[in-house]
Amino acid sequence: MSSEPLLALDGIAKRFGGLVALDRVSFNVEPGEIVGLVGPNGSGKTTAINVISGIYQADSGSLHFAGQRIDRVPAFRRVPLGINRTFQVPKPFADMTVRENVAVAAYFGAHAPVDVDAVLAEIDLGDHADVLTSQLTVNQQKRLDLGRALATQPKLLLVDEIGAGLNPSELGVVADLLVRLAARGIALIVVEHVLDFLNRITNRVIVLSAGRMLFEGPLEDASRNSDVVAAFIGG
Amino acid sequence: MRAAVITLAVIGATFLIAPHVYGNRTLLFSMMTFIVLAQGLNLLYGFTGYLPFGYVGFFGTGAYTTSLLVLHTHLPVLLCVVAGGAGACIIALVLGPLLRLSGAYFSIANLAASQILYNVVSNQDLSKITGGPYGLKIDQVYDPTASYYTMLAILLLATGLAAYFRISRFGMALRAMNADPTSAAMAGIDVVRTRLIVWLISAGIAGLAGGAYAWNLSVFYPDAVFTLQISVFAIVFALFGGVGTVVGPVIGAIVLYALYNGVGISAPQYFEFIYGFLIVVLVLFLPNGLMSLLARRGIRVL
Repeated sequence: MSSEPLLALDGIAKRFGGLVALDRVSFNVEPGEIVGLVGPNGSGKTTAINVISGIYQADSGSLHFAGQRIDRVPAFRRVPLGINRTFQVPKPFADMTVRENVAVAAYFGAHAPVDVDAVLAEIDLGDHADVLTSQLTVNQQKRLDLGRALATQPKLLLVDEIGAGLNPSELGVVADLLVRLAARGIALIVVEHVLDFLNRITNRVIVLSAGRMLFEGPLEDASRNSDVVAAFIGG
Repeated sequence: MRAAVITLAVIGATFLIAPHVYGNRTLLFSMMTFIVLAQGLNLLYGFTGYLPFGYVGFFGTGAYTTSLLVLHTHLPVLLCVVAGGAGACIIALVLGPLLRLSGAYFSIANLAASQILYNVVSNQDLSKITGGPYGLKIDQVYDPTASYYTMLAILLLATGLAAYFRISRFGMALRAMNADPTSAAMAGIDVVRTRLIVWLISAGIAGLAGGAYAWNLSVFYPDAVFTLQISVFAIVFALFGGVGTVVGPVIGAIVLYALYNGVGISAPQYFEFIYGFLIVVLVLFLPNGLMSLLARRGIRVL
């Protein structure tokens, strides 16, 4: 069992009409590992997150999580298995307080009781527990997305562009948080445009371009790979 | 929880005492019917955002299921009324795929479904089974008192369900789904199943009401239980009081139905005018209903 990866994608493909969003993508993720997912706009990063979290179903290929095949498992059932995510544009429950947002996920998504206050403290929104989510800044909403995911006790957390629009000190705080979560054994797939940010938290990145995997390995090697350079600057 | 108990007690006491101080029982019964329909519609629209224009279809289904069972079986009437609710649930289950539609598409498809039901039931060729355009007669079980208390029980049930939706964990899931279905799924909520449950409950309430209504009338034409006016009344009453609340639809139905009886019967032309005016005012100034007036002043309403 110990040799089995937490998440295994094997030949995952996803098409939208004539557009191939993911073209036979295969990779594994181990517990506690942080994997950066990078690539130009439209390269399939968010589609990959959507397929893994179950928002989309893959057209072909297989998806295994903790040894179980989950291709056909709907998103809400993947949550108690241990998969959760944040959204590129945060999607809090409007007209509900910060605490209620986290409490809903803790109640419906977790398999054991969750200390909601501890989650709120972790995402640094303890002082905002009774504030309506519509009154939060985008940065706070992003952390709330993360907190809602954490409330379901994930083993794998898919983080979609949490760094976009954050200033350097906010980025630092988020980076520390993600590293802390990984140290606790949570595997993370982090979609990010801010490469400095990725560099701080991981040395394993996967580069996607037009739905295909171009490169897998340390970030510093990626910048020396001619395929990757071509994809990013259009050579 | 206390607010819910008080609300139910007040409604119950009101309609228990009302027949002893006010002679027009038929009016009281109709008023209760419309409160139930406004509340039943509120269960779906107020808590999931699906507006069923064809809500009357479930009411009619209940009326016919109950009446046909009374005519062809020897079951107690009360059981036939319960079966009316079950019949409406079955129709709702068949129409379940409509929930894949959203917004106006759902409303219109549901409206069409209710018209199909009406046309089937009132079809001349089915006269031997459904009574066709001549309707049904179940006057052998006519009992205005028992049907009155049955409708009151249904009213308390519908209102109790609204309170449950408002204060329970289930209700919390509904609010989350309403705000963002995708996020709700990632919070572990089975959005499709939860929506279907609410849809069945809402349809069941209309079916029960239809059954009790048929029992109270004991003779009716298909138009009486399938007219679109019933849907429109339920929608307007619920919106006027405030959807997504427990007391809103009750207050809305009482106020507007009283108005309808005060002005509408004696001077229908003025009623249409006042009604139209009210709807315009409502949409422009009070889109969240009467209850939002209280909420704006910081008064928490159930």
